[in-house]
Amino acid sequence: MTKPRIKIATTSLAGCFGCHMSFLDMDERLVTLFERVEFNCSPFTDIKQCEPCDIGLIEGGVCNAENVQVLRTFRANCTTLIAVGACAINGGVPAMRNYFDLQDCLREVYLTGTGVTNPQIPNDIELPLLLDKVYPVSGVVPIDYYLPGCPPSADEFLQMLEPLLTGKKPLLQKLHLHYD
Amino acid sequence: MQTIHDTIIIDGQEIPFTKGQTIMDAALAARVYIPHLCHYPGLTPSGNCRLCTVDIGSKSVAACITPAAAGQEISNNTSALNDARKSITQMLFVEGDHICPSCEKTGNCKLQAMGYYLGMLDEHFPQFYQHREVDASHARILLDRGRCILCDLCVRASREVDKKNVFAIAGRGTEAHLIVNSSTGKLADSNIEPGDLAANICPVGAILIKEQGYQVPIGQRIYDQHTIQETGLQENSVKKNDD
Amino acid sequence: MMNPCLHNRSDPTHEHLLHRLYALQQQFLHISPESMHQVATEFNLPVSQVASVVAFYSFFHTQPCGRFHILFSNCTSCGYLEDGQNLMQMLCQQLQITPGKTRKDGLVSIDETSCIGMCDQGASLLINGVPVTRLNPDKIAQIAHLITAETALAYWPKAWFAVNDVVHKRSLLLTAHFLAGSALQKALIHGTDETLATVMQSDLCGRGGAGFNTGEKWQLCREASGNAHYVVCNADEGEPGTFKDRFLLRSQADAMFEGMTLCAFVTGAEKGFVYLRGEYRYLLPHLHSVLNQRRQQGLLGQHILGHATFNFDIEIVVGAGAYICGEESALIESLEGKPGIPRIRPPFPVTHGYLGQPTVINNVETLIAAAHIILQDGAWFRAIGTEKSAGSKILSVSGDCRLPGIYEYPFGVSIQQVLDDCGAQNVQAVQIGGPSGTLVGRTDFNCRTCFEDLSTAGSFLVFGQQRNLLAINRNFARFFAHESCGFCTPCRVGTQLLKNNLDKIADGRGTSQDLVEIKQLSHLLQRHSHCGLGHTAANHILDSLQRFPQTFEANLKQHFTASFDLDKALENARQITQRNDAAAHLD
Repeated sequence: MTKPRIKIATTSLAGCFGCHMSFLDMDERLVTLFERVEFNCSPFTDIKQCEPCDIGLIEGGVCNAENVQVLRTFRANCTTLIAVGACAINGGVPAMRNYFDLQDCLREVYLTGTGVTNPQIPNDIELPLLLDKVYPVSGVVPIDYYLPGCPPSADEFLQMLEPLLTGKKPLLQKLHLHYD
Repeated sequence: MQTIHDTIIIDGQEIPFTKGQTIMDAALAARVYIPHLCHYPGLTPSGNCRLCTVDIGSKSVAACITPAAAGQEISNNTSALNDARKSITQMLFVEGDHICPSCEKTGNCKLQAMGYYLGMLDEHFPQFYQHREVDASHARILLDRGRCILCDLCVRASREVDKKNVFAIAGRGTEAHLIVNSSTGKLADSNIEPGDLAANICPVGAILIKEQGYQVPIGQRIYDQHTIQETGLQENSVKKNDD
Repeated sequence: MMNPCLHNRSDPTHEHLLHRLYALQQQFLHISPESMHQVATEFNLPVSQVASVVAFYSFFHTQPCGRFHILFSNCTSCGYLEDGQNLMQMLCQQLQITPGKTRKDGLVSIDETSCIGMCDQGASLLINGVPVTRLNPDKIAQIAHLITAETALAYWPKAWFAVNDVVHKRSLLLTAHFLAGSALQKALIHGTDETLATVMQSDLCGRGGAGFNTGEKWQLCREASGNAHYVVCNADEGEPGTFKDRFLLRSQADAMFEGMTLCAFVTGAEKGFVYLRGEYRYLLPHLHSVLNQRRQQGLLGQHILGHATFNFDIEIVVGAGAYICGEESALIESLEGKPGIPRIRPPFPVTHGYLGQPTVINNVETLIAAAHIILQDGAWFRAIGTEKSAGSKILSVSGDCRLPGIYEYPFGVSIQQVLDDCGAQNVQAVQIGGPSGTLVGRTDFNCRTCFEDLSTAGSFLVFGQQRNLLAINRNFARFFAHESCGFCTPCRVGTQLLKNNLDKIADGRGTSQDLVEIKQLSHLLQRHSHCGLGHTAANHILDSLQRFPQTFEANLKQHFTASFDLDKALENARQITQRNDAAAHLD
């Protein structure tokens, strides 16, 4: 009988999906990986609701109320939660807005910036409300492991995942560490 | 006459020193690496970053400003000290605007390399998100205060090597920031030049020579290929050959 | 090596940089870029040095202050929180002004400042540099009225400015009579060696907290070679809860100046400085008049008391709001017209001090004691105190007690004794030696104040049962974050992180993980900071965690909490979009 496969969920909050793309750079190694894992809620599968999973991979920082809810759902459902990439770990490029006032940002983008037609700041209740800053995911839920990089390479994803698949603690080699 | 060499012991290794040398001087001369960011061979030591903290018995001291004394038994490469150094590195990260992917210095940044050396995976502390002024007035040199770690290297390099006194640090506590010694406070009105040591010594991306960013491909940048331990020891031997 | 341009050479008065900046600020209500350039030219300094000095000291402003500029003390004893009322907020409301911002018409500005040393005088403030004590809501309303009517301070009720020194206990120094010149006369008869020997025999140790042997310090300085020797009196009494120097400067200035002159006699110094904290600027006229009197009496100047080669004079330099300048090497930097950033030590000031020359720096109380000792003798002083702490100690007692004020005891007095004497009942805790000292609870009230037990520079803050200790810790944490000079990473960032951590706990968002964080940060500061400020900045927190764990634990959440207030983080966006639906909130 085949062993049950490890369930993985992934999501991108305030990120660029670059970490997801990098994950796919595993190329043919994905085939071997799929013998041991299956993807649950993830842009890879288009499953929208997160079910209980073994591992959650979070890309992107927390920029709005919806990000907070998604992150909380992931934390509630994933045994091990991993912050993946610069944005999840410290806010990354989206956090560059943190050095400015939110109102100034919105005003420039939607009211006074060049090329703006029909100036108005969107306020539809369907839209998630922005937080005053873009926060690292660790500021909102407890995080088990960090995988730095912008993005982390496919090799590093494997370095992180392989020990976890066999119930071991992953340890990133300093040699491979990079924040960009 | 025989020269009497006094020695200190760092992590069990006996290291000779000459009178007037600091623990850092003696260690680097013996190719023993003590992590540091605000120390640069040949400039007056400052002691502000505190990464070079070592233990002598129950006391902690900054190696770059503590004179070597015969018989000192020093702990350097211990997990407790490296943990403290990691915390200090994280403090520098959260205090400023250190978004590596968007910084021209990435790959060549000593703060980043220190993070790698100490195995820093996250920034641990909540970020400060301070807004600090960018000075892009100079045609060839950029000053982004958000990335400044207040190491004072540019201040000392300008004063001691370039003989210009272009920079100073002003303000107290987390308000401390780099200022420019010119009529307008702008870099363009100072006498700094791209060839000055002060324009090139910045360990992070606070002072950058313009139009040089991202010229070296990923994989070939300094800290793609070396650790800060290697470059730290290298800097010292280059300095020694100059003398 | 050192910068020689501390004084304006072209100006015959040789004005100090800090004084020149103060004068400009008086004139223009701030220090403008133009003023900085002018000063840089006058003093032949880089404009960046002038700018860094202006930015360092909290009493200098680069934006105009009001014509009435008010600074409320935020100390736990003389601060604006009195009987559950916020007096600063009260005045701000009445004058329609935001703290830290000058009113549009330029009439008034209000801000807060670290302890102004009025802890035994009730809630206090500085208005244009002058203290107003014993504040209450009624007085606040009258102040608002007087400011609105633009009544000059000269026409305000005189009684408001009264600083009433009350001495409740007297021991050696406060009972001995001292006649100006008497100790000097004796010293001149006996010579320098014997004078130094007398100080040595007394076992007098520094009263500023560090407790270095005074005679030894004088001797080290005397033996150090240099172009000149200097004597500096550290009157930068900035530790919250300390005010004994304020009293001593007022009542024992002669003995203090005489102590400096005696030190000069022993060390060969010809120049002395009193570094007076900016908060005590109002004492300047008194101090200058005593100095002038001493010059007239031949106790200062050329050929002191007719001695052919004994020349010495004293200059008073007034600081500008920086606690760190109480640290001796930071004080010297400030004397040299620079930001008060502690130097690398060694070398110590006794060999490399002011302008790199051998310098003795002594506390006000130490110098007064030295003068008395030389007048009496070493044994007179040594006769009281404990084995390792000779003589008496003057305490500044304040907080929750019936009789705040000045208390002088032989060293070794128990905390309980002081509490009994000052009429303190239902005491929860005592902070000995100010925020950088030790927080003790009931079980430690039998401890003694002396170098071998609980060392103190004099601050004795009493906290009654009704006090919220977490609020006290937050006040202290805020103090250190504000006063950190910013030089070294652990203190600059660490004091700020500690403050934020305590705020989080007080907000009800803390967890046990935050306590782990706080402990780790505290140890990091203690071990890895550059100077005493950082080394001691977390003491009060560690003391609280050890002796009053419920202070923190009572407020903790059981499970993980976000590092920030999530719902508050949406407030800006709610206002911008004018939304208030369910999705516009987070819990």
